[in-house]
Amino acid sequence: MRVNVTVNGSAATVDDVWEGESLLYMLRERMGLPGSKNACEQGECGSCTVYLDGLPVCSCLVAAGQAEGRAVRTVEGLAGADGLDPVQRAFVDAGAVQCGFCTPGLIVQTHDLINRVPDPDDAEIREALAGNLCRCTGYEKILDAVRLAAARRREDA
Amino acid sequence: MAAPVKAPGRVDAPGRGRVGDSPPRPDGTLKVTGEFAYASDLWMSGMLWGATLRSPHPRARIRSLDVGPALATPGVHAVLTHEDVPGAKVFGLDLPDQPVLAVDEVRYQGEPVALVAADHPEIARRALDRIVVDYEVLEPVTDARAVVADPERYRVQENGGIVRHQPVRVGDVDRARAEAEVVVTGEYEVGIQDQAFLGPEAGLAVPADDGGVDLYVSTQWIHRDVEQIAPCLDLPAERIRMTMAGVGGAFGGREDLSMQIHAAMLALRTGRPVKMSYNRRESFFGHVHRHPAWMRYEYGATKEGRLLYADVQIVLDGGAYTSSSMNVVGNAASLGVGPYEFPNLRIDGYGAYTNNPPCGAMRGFGAVQACFAYESMMDRLAAACGLTPVQIRHRNAVTQGSRLATGQIIDSPAPLAPMLERLEAMPLPPVADTSDLRNLPGGVAQTTHGEGVVRGIGYGVGIKNICFSEGFDDLSTARVRLEAIGGEPTVLVHTAAAEVGQGLVTLKAQIARTELGVDRVTIAPADNAVGNAGSSSASRQSYMTGGAVKAACEAVRAELLARAARRTGRGDLSVRNGVIVSRAAGEVATVAEILGDDPIEETREYHHRPTTPLDPVTGQGSSHTQLALCVHRAVVDVDVELGLVKVVELAAVQDVGRIMNRQSLEGQIHGGTAQGLGLAVMEEIVVADGAIRNPSFTDYLIPTILDMPPMRLDIVEYPDPHAPYGLRGAGEPPTLSSTPAIVAALRDATGKALTRVPVRPEHLVG
Repeated sequence: MRVNVTVNGSAATVDDVWEGESLLYMLRERMGLPGSKNACEQGECGSCTVYLDGLPVCSCLVAAGQAEGRAVRTVEGLAGADGLDPVQRAFVDAGAVQCGFCTPGLIVQTHDLINRVPDPDDAEIREALAGNLCRCTGYEKILDAVRLAAARRREDA
Repeated sequence: MAAPVKAPGRVDAPGRGRVGDSPPRPDGTLKVTGEFAYASDLWMSGMLWGATLRSPHPRARIRSLDVGPALATPGVHAVLTHEDVPGAKVFGLDLPDQPVLAVDEVRYQGEPVALVAADHPEIARRALDRIVVDYEVLEPVTDARAVVADPERYRVQENGGIVRHQPVRVGDVDRARAEAEVVVTGEYEVGIQDQAFLGPEAGLAVPADDGGVDLYVSTQWIHRDVEQIAPCLDLPAERIRMTMAGVGGAFGGREDLSMQIHAAMLALRTGRPVKMSYNRRESFFGHVHRHPAWMRYEYGATKEGRLLYADVQIVLDGGAYTSSSMNVVGNAASLGVGPYEFPNLRIDGYGAYTNNPPCGAMRGFGAVQACFAYESMMDRLAAACGLTPVQIRHRNAVTQGSRLATGQIIDSPAPLAPMLERLEAMPLPPVADTSDLRNLPGGVAQTTHGEGVVRGIGYGVGIKNICFSEGFDDLSTARVRLEAIGGEPTVLVHTAAAEVGQGLVTLKAQIARTELGVDRVTIAPADNAVGNAGSSSASRQSYMTGGAVKAACEAVRAELLARAARRTGRGDLSVRNGVIVSRAAGEVATVAEILGDDPIEETREYHHRPTTPLDPVTGQGSSHTQLALCVHRAVVDVDVELGLVKVVELAAVQDVGRIMNRQSLEGQIHGGTAQGLGLAVMEEIVVADGAIRNPSFTDYLIPTILDMPPMRLDIVEYPDPHAPYGLRGAGEPPTLSSTPAIVAALRDATGKALTRVPVRPEHLVG
């Protein structure tokens, strides 16, 4: 089938999509956007989190066809022309990245959190990121990164 | 043939950080933008997808195998069985005993039986369903203790029923038992833990023009992979070019081969690039796990709590093939009673072959299992002697000059006593604020408003060997090139060491800057165009590859200064910040001037001090090159009516010899602690009759950000004079000590014996 979708601001038409494919598969294997990760492919780990019409979703749980006519924003679409998004920068600076496989999903989820809640407390951060598994960091430096990103965004605002 | 899209490339190391600083990761920006190429991200024009048919049975004879219907499926390009393995039919990390594809018998659930290459992963999956295998199901061997009791009766493969029996004998246990004033006993169990790295096993095999194959995979040890792959493909090792693709975590689970030979076979057969990428379910069957253990302990002591003897039996279940079980047994036996002095010892460590899930390397292997038992015993003994957990440990703690169970004298600092003092002195977290349910066990599930919630505090101590032990000639290799690029001196560091997330890639640049006085450093991708780096395991890469990079840099520096001496006629030169400095005359030349158009390149191998094997009868020997200590204190709140647990805080003191990069180091301690928490209260591969019941992240639970408490760290530096920069390996020790600390805290809260991990709610109530 053919899927028409806007990804990271650009309209795209994807052909030969099999009906059983997920949005994640289509992004990774048909659109050259492997930034969203395939760690569990059943909605448990959050590594494939992308925005779908502005809401974070597990792209492994969205059928490719469900993205028809909609807007997707992936980790590849967060950085601006002037460099990394503050969330991306904070993850590097705080040491929240080790193997990095969970990182794209965590960054999209964090990006959404601090858009909604500019000054989240630790309990809010933990709740917002509870669907994103990380096996390397024990989450301490991820908490640091979220606090840092939120603080920098508030300073910039 | 061309390289894949997004092939691993050189990365520039940002910042100017030297040893001791925390500069940004060279791969950090790539990882936060989604551009970093993990093995599962590789793509090549015309590539096929490989898939693996796996045994549904833990043990069965293969009566017949028909690939015809699968091969006839449109879009399928190859279907391969054991008959298609070009060379040796078996491989293995330490002993080649594992079939590339099952020959006439399957010995564990999930054992690979056949392979398919197809145009689309779904076509490959459907073709797997059309391979017809006639199995004669056999009764699986599933009780490792029964194997140890009667190994001849329960042989699951030619090597036998017991992988290794390692005794340790010191003094006279029977006489000490007669003299002991206090005797305590315990039986302990550890369930099967999974590494649960997030990046699935994956890679791309590309057939090469010379008849060989180019492999892009995520692994922990390139050279050992190639040594195992080459004989199975019947190719000389030099025709297998392996490049490290991005690794999404490892923790031991990538030390054994997974898809490497399979993808290469499919690529060589079809003449096309073949990608394989396991999904999460397949990953649970596609790698070895942490050995489950059954441990029987008896300690005798004076009434003041001075240890007199230990009588210990440890049984580890390795599954059907050898993998790293021999070393796991060696660790469990040699570190079986932890960092405490015993004048009399009888330890028997066993590894058994069974038809349970295969087990091998996982962070802290062998030492993790024993640590849960010996720390539980120390608490039991403390209670019997009327001492606190810290007092009993303090009283029996090893120090520099102490003798380990193996008779090895600890010849570098072992500051256990001061570490315990620091740990105990740390402030305790406040009582939970029950007005916010998120602070309570059960959280927003609203299972309690504070009623039935009891706080507990527990301590745990762990000791881990660093680097490879027992006489193994452990080495790493580094190639360092210094050249002037655009008038700026630039260092290229090339090793085959696996960056698995731990931050070695950052550290290599820090060492190069420190040794060569140059800011600009580029890291080459890891591959086998350079010599063996050994495995990214045993907490060894900062030590070993760090040591190799340091040695290669020193050789480059010596040549640089020799050239500068010839040019300036001076002998009092050093290099600093890109400038050659004379003690007498100050700055005499820039590094770029001395280099001109003539780069300096040196390759060095680094070996750690030799170790000796353990005596097969007495278990005596100086088998470890370095030992590392971590101590944890856990504070928990337990809903004793429902068995729900909230770990409130984990505090740790760890000796690292020298802090090379505080940010990465803290990340290692945090992450290792989290995996210990997982083993304590969450993580187990549940097995029934040899079959895995929970191969998914829905049913195998790893800690989320809600499960992990704040962690308080106190990192101490007692340099090891034998190690590069005095450093001590740091990745594994926290994984040892956090588990027993948490379980001790749960016992403190509930009064339950809790002799098995992971502790489940039903163990905490009733």
